[in-house]
Amino acid sequence: MNDQAQLLPGTLDLLILRAISLGPLHGYGVLLRIGQISGNALLIEQGALYPGLFRLVRQGLLKASWGTSENNRRAKFYSLTAAGRKRLREETNSWIRLAAAMTSALAAQPEKP
Amino acid sequence: MKSLDWFRIRIAALFQRSELNADLEEELRSHVEHRADDLERAGLPRAEAERRARIEFGAREKYKEECHEALGGNAVGTFLQDVRFSVRVLRKCPGFAVAAVLTLALAIGANAVVFAVLNGVILRPLNVPHADSLYGLEHSDDHMGQESYPNYLDLRDRSRGFESLVAWNISQAGIDTGGNSSRAWVAAASGNYFDALGIQPFIGRTFHAGDEHGLNSAPYIVLGYAYWHSHFQDDRSVPGRVIQINKHPFTVIGVAPPGFRGTLLFFNPDFYVPIVNQPQVNSEFDLNTRGVNWIFETMGHLRPGVTPGQATADLNSVASYLGKTYPVDDGGMQFILGRPSLYGDYLGKPMLGFLTALMTLSGLILLAACSNLGSLFAARAADRSRELALRLALGSSRNRILRQLLTEATLISLAGGAVGLLGSVAILRRLSVWQPFPQFPVQIPVDPDAKVYLVALALALISGLLFGIVPVRQVFNTNPYEIVKVGSAGVRGRGVTLRDVLLVLQIAICAVLITSSMVAVRGLARSMHSNFGFEPQNVMIADTGLGMAGYSGDRESAMQRRMIDAMKTIPGVQSAASINWAPLSGGANSWNVFTDEAKNLKPSSAAAGPYWYNISPDYFQAAGTTLLAGRTFTWQDDKNSPLVAVVNREFARKLFGSDKDAVGKHFQVALGADIKRIEVVGLVVDGKYQNLTEDQAPAVFVPLLQEPMSQTYLVVRSNGDPQQLATAMRGRLRDLDEGLPVNIQTWTQLMAAILFPARISTLALGILGMMGAMLSITGIFGMAAYSVSKRLKELGIRMALGAQRKEVLQAALGRPLKLLAFGSIAGLVLGILATKILAYIVYQATPRDPLVLAGVVLAMALVGLVATWVPAQRAISVDPLILLREE
Repeated sequence: MNDQAQLLPGTLDLLILRAISLGPLHGYGVLLRIGQISGNALLIEQGALYPGLFRLVRQGLLKASWGTSENNRRAKFYSLTAAGRKRLREETNSWIRLAAAMTSALAAQPEKP
Repeated sequence: MKSLDWFRIRIAALFQRSELNADLEEELRSHVEHRADDLERAGLPRAEAERRARIEFGAREKYKEECHEALGGNAVGTFLQDVRFSVRVLRKCPGFAVAAVLTLALAIGANAVVFAVLNGVILRPLNVPHADSLYGLEHSDDHMGQESYPNYLDLRDRSRGFESLVAWNISQAGIDTGGNSSRAWVAAASGNYFDALGIQPFIGRTFHAGDEHGLNSAPYIVLGYAYWHSHFQDDRSVPGRVIQINKHPFTVIGVAPPGFRGTLLFFNPDFYVPIVNQPQVNSEFDLNTRGVNWIFETMGHLRPGVTPGQATADLNSVASYLGKTYPVDDGGMQFILGRPSLYGDYLGKPMLGFLTALMTLSGLILLAACSNLGSLFAARAADRSRELALRLALGSSRNRILRQLLTEATLISLAGGAVGLLGSVAILRRLSVWQPFPQFPVQIPVDPDAKVYLVALALALISGLLFGIVPVRQVFNTNPYEIVKVGSAGVRGRGVTLRDVLLVLQIAICAVLITSSMVAVRGLARSMHSNFGFEPQNVMIADTGLGMAGYSGDRESAMQRRMIDAMKTIPGVQSAASINWAPLSGGANSWNVFTDEAKNLKPSSAAAGPYWYNISPDYFQAAGTTLLAGRTFTWQDDKNSPLVAVVNREFARKLFGSDKDAVGKHFQVALGADIKRIEVVGLVVDGKYQNLTEDQAPAVFVPLLQEPMSQTYLVVRSNGDPQQLATAMRGRLRDLDEGLPVNIQTWTQLMAAILFPARISTLALGILGMMGAMLSITGIFGMAAYSVSKRLKELGIRMALGAQRKEVLQAALGRPLKLLAFGSIAGLVLGILATKILAYIVYQATPRDPLVLAGVVLAMALVGLVATWVPAQRAISVDPLILLREE
C-alpha cells in the first residue's frame, strides 16, 4: 500500500500520551501531532483514535473539556493529568529499553568461528 | 477502582447513555469537519472534502461501540439492547417463536411435574419436627412393618436406641355423630404417639401415655384437621362431644394441627384413637395375641448420638431374645430400619425406582427438545447468514452477535419454562387432591414448592444455553465477504453431523416410549381379562361392616347368614356368598401352616404361608372359581363339626407334594397358641390373590362358621344391571339394619387399586410417548423442511432436466427418512428390551405381540408421514422456471 508502518498493539496509547504531553489537543489535532512527530511514518485509521482516547480518560490519564479550535469549531480538548504524565514517563522508559533490546538483538551478527 | 465507584459508573453509564452518545456524536462530527477543513484547504470542494473525510474516518459505528466499551462497557445497557432486538427478531417470526416456546413448555413442564412428584414423595421429609431422625421398623425378610401388640410393648420397653417407640394401625370404622352413620378411617395409635412425634394439638389436647390403663380404657378421639374442617365445620367447641365409633362411645378431646397428616405419606387419617381401644374399632385385633401382627407400623426418633446401625443392632438383640422366649411366634425375627413415610423400603424402593425411571425419561425428552431447538436455531442462523454477515461487515463483533443469539435462546427458554411451569402447577394442584381409589383415603401430596420452581428455572436456563450454543461454530466460521458476495449456499456437510446423531437419538427415544407404552396398554387390556381364578365380571361386592354397626359373636354370624339369604331373594341374582377379604381388593390374611407330621411348630419350619380366606358355603359358585375335586362347604360345617378346608392346587403341591389326591389329607395351623388340625375336603384352581404380578401363591379357604369374622364382603353374582343390583342390595341391607355403613362396588372397581401401578405407569408412558412422538415430528419436520429449502435450486434444476417426482422426493427427503428408519429400528429393539422391566409392573407385558410390533411400525410411519408431508409438497411443487429466474 505505502511505506507507513502498522502500529504495534498497545503503542497507540503511548503515542497519544506523548502527543498530548506537548500541549492540549482535540482528537483530530492528536492525529496531526502524531503524524508530525513521527514524520508521517505511522498508519493510524482515524476512527481508531477515539476508543484509545476514551480508554485513557477512563484510566484517569487524560482529562477532557469542550472548547473552540483554531478553525473556530467546537471541539473536545484533551490534556494530561498528573497520573498521565507519570505513566508517560514509565512507558517511555520501558519502550526505550525494549527498543534498545530489540535493536541490539536484531543487529547481532553470528560470531565468526 | 473501588467496586462502589465501578457500580456507580455502570449505573450512571446506563442512564447517561443517550447523553454520552450525543457527546460522542458531536466529537466525531467535529473530527470529520476538521479533516474536511484541511482537505478543503488542499483544494477539494466542500462536499467532496466532507465525503472523503467520512471515508477516511473508517467504520464509525464500530468505533462508537468501542468507545462505549472503553468507557467501562455497559453490560446492562448492551443486555437490554440485546433483549429488545431479540424480541423484535422473534416477533418477526411468531410461528417459530410459538413452536419453540411450546416445545420447551411441554418438555420443561413434564420435568417439573415428575420432579415435583419425586420431591413430594421422596425428597420432602415428613411434616413432623426432626423428621431426619425418625425411623420405622421393618422385618428384614418381607420389608413389612407389621407387629403384634405384645411384641410392640417388648420392643418399646427393651430397645435402647430410640427415644420412644410409637405404634399405629389403620382401620376403617363406622362413626355416628348422632343419627347418621358413616365410615371413617381411623389411626389407632399408641398413647405416646403425639408426644413422641412432637405434635401439639390445634385445639383441645392430644392423648398421652398416661391415658392408657389397659384394654378399652381410653375412649378418646383426636380429630384430623381435614376431617374436623369437613365434618365438624371448624367447630371450636367440639372437644367434649361424644361420638359413637362402632356403637362404642368415644369423647373428642382435641384436633390435630393443620400440617400434620399422619405418618404415612399417602394416608391422612380422619381421626386418631388410643391403640388400647383398637379392639372396639376393629374387633379382629386384640392386645394379647403375640402371633398376630396387626399393628401397621412401629417407629421412633433415634436417641441423640445413636446411629441407625447401632439402633438396628440393639433392636435385633431384643428380637433374638423374643425369638428365644416365644419361638412359635417370634422365631427368626429380624429388623432393619426404613423411612416411615413410605412404609420403609416396601413402598419406597419401587416408588424411587419408578420415579427415577420417569425422571430419566422426561430428562431425555427435554434433551430431545433441546436438540430439536438447537437444529432449528442452527437452521435459522444459516438462513440469517446474510444478515449476520452484513452485521459483521458493518463492524459488529462476533461476540456481540453471539451474545444476541444467546439472548434470543434464553428468552425462548425462559418463556417456555414459565408456560411449562404454569401448566405443571395446574396439573400438580389437581394431582394433590386426586383420590385414585374410592375405597381408600389415599392422596399424593405433591404441591409444588420453591425447590420445584428453582428446578424449572434451572432447566429452562440450561436448555436455553444448550440449544443456543449450537449455532456458535457457524457464526464463528462466517466469512462475511464470501456470503455477501455469493449468497448463502454455504457448505453442506455430506458426512454424519452431530445434528443427525441427535435426531436419530431422539427418534429412538420416541420409538422406545411408543413401544413400551403400547406393550403396557396391551398388557393392561389383557390383564383385565386374564385368569384370576375367579370371574370378576357381573359380580357386586358389598363391604357390610357389621363390626362398625356394633355386631359381635353369634349375633354377627347370624346376621351374616341373614344378609346372604336376603341377597339371594333379589331377582336376577344367581348366587350370593361372603368372604372376609375379596381377592385382589387390597387386603388378605395369611397364616403359617405345617404338615400333619410336623412336631415343632416354629415359623421357620412352616411348610407354607398361604392366604387365608373365611368363606360362606356358596362362595366358589358366586366368585366363579372352579372346584377341581372334593366338595365345597355347607352351613353344617360349623363349630361343632370337624375342621375342614378347601385349598388351591399350589397349596396342595406345597404341602403334599402333588395336587393329585389332596382331598382327605390333613395339615396343621398355629393361630397364636392355638394349634388346629384341618382336613382338606376340596381342591380349587389356582388364582391371583394380592397382586396380578405375584408368583403363584398357596391359598386356603375355611368355613365362616368355623372361624367367625366380623369383616365380610358380600359377593353377589347376577346377570342384571349392576346399578339396579346395587340399589336392590342396599335396600335389602337397610331392611335388615338401617345402621349398616354399607359400601357397594363391582369387583372390577375394587380391583382398581391392584391395577393402579400398572395404570399409572401406562399413563405416564403414554404421555411421554406422545410427547416423544411430537418432538420427533417437529425434529424431522425441521430437518426435512430445511433440507428442502436449502436444495430448492438443485431440485429445480433436476426437475428442469426431467427428473421424476419420485426422484425429486428421494433427493429431498431421503436423508431424514433414512434417519427415521434407523432411529425407529434402534428404538424398537431397545423398547423390546425395556419391556422386561415393564413386566414387573404391568401383568403380561410382552413385546412378542404382532399387534404391538405392527402398532409401533405404523406409529413411526405416521410420524414420518406427518413430519415430511409439508416439505414434500414444497419439493414437488418446485417450479424450476420461477426458481431459476429468482436467483
